Amino acid sequence: MSIVPAASSPSATAMFLAGARAAWLSVMAYVLIGTYVGIAALAHDFGFGLWWVVASTMLVWAGPAQVILVSALGAGANPVETALAVGVSSARLLPMVISLLPLIRQKETRTRDLVLPAHLTAISMWIEALRLLPPLPRELRIPFANGLGLSFMCAAHVGTCIGFYLATSLPPLLTAGLLFLTPLSFLISTTRNCRLLADWLALAFGLVLGPLLAWWQLGLDLLWTGVVGGSLAYGIQRLREARK
Amino acid sequence: MSGELQAYALLVLVGFLPNEVWRMLGLVFAHGIDEQSELFMWARAVATAVLAGVIAKIVLFPPGALAGVPPVVRLGAIACGFAAFLLVRRSVLAGVAAGEVVLILGALAYGV
Repeated sequence: MSIVPAASSPSATAMFLAGARAAWLSVMAYVLIGTYVGIAALAHDFGFGLWWVVASTMLVWAGPAQVILVSALGAGANPVETALAVGVSSARLLPMVISLLPLIRQKETRTRDLVLPAHLTAISMWIEALRLLPPLPRELRIPFANGLGLSFMCAAHVGTCIGFYLATSLPPLLTAGLLFLTPLSFLISTTRNCRLLADWLALAFGLVLGPLLAWWQLGLDLLWTGVVGGSLAYGIQRLREARK
Repeated sequence: MSGELQAYALLVLVGFLPNEVWRMLGLVFAHGIDEQSELFMWARAVATAVLAGVIAKIVLFPPGALAGVPPVVRLGAIACGFAAFLLVRRSVLAGVAAGEVVLILGALAYGV
């Protein structure tokens, strides 16, 4: 299946649309709809309005952070503590942006053209961009990434509207199934993206260290999982390359 | 300040800013890093490990209604979804569908 239009040098608009098409062909779009049905139902329970949730998706665009935001603000938690919890949960966006932007940037690319792709970076978009971008011509990767990310955001809005409509009638078993979409789809899609030894090792170390460090209640457990697990995976790959 | 305005102000101050700061730091740090650089490879490994940590934490310490599903069902559903993905031409859809079906049936079997 080719996602690049047949023309020899497709325009930026054509590549934006190719990105949008790739998004709706990805299982991630439907996972996002399901996930945001759950987030919207939660927000509805805490008394937030539809437009507030839509705005939070556009501004925050990170499911776990939005769940924290809705549950904490809805329960009347201290805003400073809530901001810290959101900041800690979103630290993963830093390595994600650093490992995405070099794929779409050219020497002459202006920084302001990278602000939107950086803002659209979230787990779903990061996973699919890493898979779909490498075969594309470099000069057309930014519109493709924007089309992909904005379409995923639309999918989230669709889920939000459905969630508000259904909110009071969602059975707990269905809610459990929607919450389960996140780990299930992320694990499978990340596995599909694994190419290098470092990818496989980082996945394995993260799966073990994440719950272990959380169980020990170290604090900032996901940051440590990333730094320790990722560095070990990277180091082992480097050692193996050095031996060759 | 009205209640609604306050909700939007909190969204920006407590939700948007502490979240977006990581993306903008990433934008700054990514400057001058190319695809072949060691820092790029390291950042990719760190991002993958964090993501794996997030996945395992949700399965083992689940939020909300998912906590009502017994751990053996959650782990079984993840394993079945993963197996279906590998068996059915590495199809993400097959894996997600199989995992969800096992989760729902397992939860029903345990009377959730």
